[in-house]
Amino acid sequence: MITVTNKNTDNSGDVRLAGISKTYDNGFTAVQPLDLTVPQGSFFALLGASGCGKTTTLRMIAGLEEPTTGTVHLGDQEVTRLPPYKRPVNTVFQSYALFPHLDIFENVAFGLRRRGIKSVKKQVEDMLELVQLGEQARKKPHQLSGGQQQRVAVARALINTPKVLLLDEPLGALDLKLRRQMQLELKRIQTEVGITFVHVTHDQEEAMTMADTVAVMNAGRVEQLGSPTDLYENPNTTFVANFLGTSNLIEAEVDSKSGGEIVLKAGGGKLVLPEARYAGPTTTGGKVLVGVRPEKISLAHADEAGEIPDGRNRITGKIADSSFIGVSTQYVIDSPVCPEFEVYAQNIDRDDRLVPGAEVVLHWNPAHTFGLDAAQDIDAGIQEEATV
Amino acid sequence: MALVNWLKRHFVVIAGLLTLGYLLLPNIVVTVFSFNKPKGRFNYQWQQFSTDAWKDPCGVADMCGSLSISLQIAFWATVGATVLGSMIAFALVRYRFRARGTVNSLIFLPMAMPEVVMAASLLTLFLNLGAQLGFWTILIAHIMFCLSFVVVAVKARVMSMDPRLEEAARDLYASPVQTFLRVTLPIAAPGIAAGALLSFALSFDDFIITNFNAGSTVTFPMFVWGSAQRGTPVQINVIGTTMFLVAVLLVLVSMVIGNRRNRQKA
Amino acid sequence: MATLTEAPPPLSPTAPGKKPPRKRGRFTPYWLLLPGILWLLVFFALPMIYQASTSVQTGSLETGYKVTWHFATYWDALADYWPQFLRSILYAGAATILCLVLGYPLAYLIAFRAGRWRNLIMVLVIAPFFTSFLIRTLAWKTILADGGPVVGALNSLHVLDVTSWLGWTTGDRVLATPLAVVCGLTYNFLPFMILPLYTSLERIDGRLHEAAGDLYAKPVTTFRKVTFPLSMPGVVSGTLLTFIPAAGDYVNAELLGSTDTRMIGNVIQTQFLRILDYPTAAALSFILMAAILLMVTFYIRKSGTEDLV
Repeated sequence: MITVTNKNTDNSGDVRLAGISKTYDNGFTAVQPLDLTVPQGSFFALLGASGCGKTTTLRMIAGLEEPTTGTVHLGDQEVTRLPPYKRPVNTVFQSYALFPHLDIFENVAFGLRRRGIKSVKKQVEDMLELVQLGEQARKKPHQLSGGQQQRVAVARALINTPKVLLLDEPLGALDLKLRRQMQLELKRIQTEVGITFVHVTHDQEEAMTMADTVAVMNAGRVEQLGSPTDLYENPNTTFVANFLGTSNLIEAEVDSKSGGEIVLKAGGGKLVLPEARYAGPTTTGGKVLVGVRPEKISLAHADEAGEIPDGRNRITGKIADSSFIGVSTQYVIDSPVCPEFEVYAQNIDRDDRLVPGAEVVLHWNPAHTFGLDAAQDIDAGIQEEATV
Repeated sequence: MALVNWLKRHFVVIAGLLTLGYLLLPNIVVTVFSFNKPKGRFNYQWQQFSTDAWKDPCGVADMCGSLSISLQIAFWATVGATVLGSMIAFALVRYRFRARGTVNSLIFLPMAMPEVVMAASLLTLFLNLGAQLGFWTILIAHIMFCLSFVVVAVKARVMSMDPRLEEAARDLYASPVQTFLRVTLPIAAPGIAAGALLSFALSFDDFIITNFNAGSTVTFPMFVWGSAQRGTPVQINVIGTTMFLVAVLLVLVSMVIGNRRNRQKA
Repeated sequence: MATLTEAPPPLSPTAPGKKPPRKRGRFTPYWLLLPGILWLLVFFALPMIYQASTSVQTGSLETGYKVTWHFATYWDALADYWPQFLRSILYAGAATILCLVLGYPLAYLIAFRAGRWRNLIMVLVIAPFFTSFLIRTLAWKTILADGGPVVGALNSLHVLDVTSWLGWTTGDRVLATPLAVVCGLTYNFLPFMILPLYTSLERIDGRLHEAAGDLYAKPVTTFRKVTFPLSMPGVVSGTLLTFIPAAGDYVNAELLGSTDTRMIGNVIQTQFLRILDYPTAAALSFILMAAILLMVTFYIRKSGTEDLV
């Protein structure tokens, strides 16, 4: 179906950033010195709130922004000082940047023509077929819907068989349903052509659905890099814990250590944290932030506290609020150790006693607990997500 | 009472249409009087219907000659002002540089200056330099006062252009020159065209600055001015009517084309 | 902007405020600016300097002029021609107010009420531009002719009695009176008022009218509290675009007025082109320029729209 396959296993599509940083004329540092390697053929996402430096990083790879320090390599070729029109890299721009004065065909053919290729018809038609826009070739960009324009932008970049395709918030202008559809579509195209994709987004769900590897950026730095599951289950910082999904963070104090488990005091109770899931110091009396995801927690009415098996972490509290979502019910629990503890309970057997005001016990498998350095801001990453 | 209410409700429409009438009345008079056959030298009073002037539009000595001079000056002034003005507009929007404020005021001042002041000072310069007044001094003056209008028109268009379009072009292997020719220029074209059209109209119709710096050269507005003293031939009205009709026709045609494009869009 | 690079090694990232690497495109803006700016400097700014110098020269055409710092020319010019200055300001002011009063309803009509007629009305507003304004001004001679229908109607309604009493007209005549000049000025500069008004009115969201109505504002109140304040940028640029050229105009005063309606433009023109008293003419022109710049600055400050241009 497609002529641009590039499934070789060489490293010519690697993107290697070494010590790259960007400081603007006004003194603002958008990107702190950064090392990053994106392997050939991977789908890599740069995730972060606006202003975190992700777009600047992308633009430095594209050549649209010149790094203040450091180097950019594509495979073995250094491209740091190469202008964008000499780099084997193409970009899908935010809000697409389709040329309004050219029709769809000419938009897609633009890159080929600039490289002096005369017979572009066949290639352009194949490419438009790939993105299912064969019928629209002679229309102008403004005559297409948002989703169609998005596909033109992808076709216009992909037709040049770049070594790396850069996507700058490519789905930002689409509505929710279309965005989900296009996420799968882009993933399909990437698998098909095997080109390295570097995708910038502020949408954590988008990053996790599409990418093999996600780099979470904050204030010009990469906070954490890893697979979506890894980032979600083992956040290294409070920023990542809060920015990716929701985390309940409890301030606790080290009580004792035994057999690979740390026992912590929080409020009046005790919590158990696997030693493997905490990288910080564990001297007795040291502070630790204990985290647990809302969907890992079970909720029991206080009357049934006795039926909870031993060996589970437990916290008592009172239901402050509950909202019925359909597949689940989300509870906010007011607890002495954490004022707004969130719990997502699957709607399998609903307990009618679990209404606001009810006394409850929260309990979960200690294996689902993670620990974070208590020196950090406990709310880092919460605001950012709320504003996007 | 009903009438009062009706007037109240349609006040804006009535007042607006009255103003429109005020604007168009002279054009109607010009057209009607192009069919007049006046007694004496002045064409201010209706005498009798005649198509003589329309049959012989160049029948007045020197009139068509002055028309041709005006058209030539307007053409070259448009070319000069459009090229120089567009260059300034691009520099202002696309680059950061020192003395930006000074450049902006230098662009703004000619538009905020009464024509007679510019006319008089320019004449002072030409007299001091001992320049021969005529075609070239008129052209210099026209390029000068049209320039600012072109800058404003082109600047507005280039400013509203998404800078990502140029980045996209460079990303798609277009060199800086190709980017300019293939993307920037075509997208800025409507602004440049608007600036050029305005320049042509301003230059063709200018009287005050031309009158000061023309020497013995006579442009069409100067011919009309002179005839207001010596006697107004009906042919002036013929030219005036033709200009009005051509303008309306051009605008209507461009609008019909625009509408058709819009309809294709939908 | 520029990406053509042969850059020296990059600077340390801890040095904010330092210049970015040198770029080959650094001089591009200056090359783009050079010809046009040079043109304006030589043919706009330099003449102003020549004119300033001329205004303080003394001498005669035969013996030549010399700079003698003779500032008395300014006082003499003001003493001799203050009525013309005053008249210019008054006529231009009256024409500006009339333009605003007449132009606003039409701009409003085009922006909100014209519907599918909008484009046609726009064409009819702009098209007269393309007919020589001198020809159109001469047409007013016919329209306001003595004993013509307009004058006849005004006479029978006793309007002319009132205007004569006010000193705007004389007897049964409209032509060759201040009224005719103001009427011509208003007519000539009306489109300069309508276009900026229309531009700023068109930007107003029509739903604001509905919102105001919904919040108990009568149509008149809506206009006073919502529409008019929002159209202020258009009002300011419209009045400037009308007042400035009107104050310097001499065509209307010459064609439609009499010796009693001469404006400062007429004086400057006569001094320069007929009497050839260059110092006086230059001084007058300078006073006019200074007066207008002062008034415009004051007005823009007052109306608080400095970012108008």
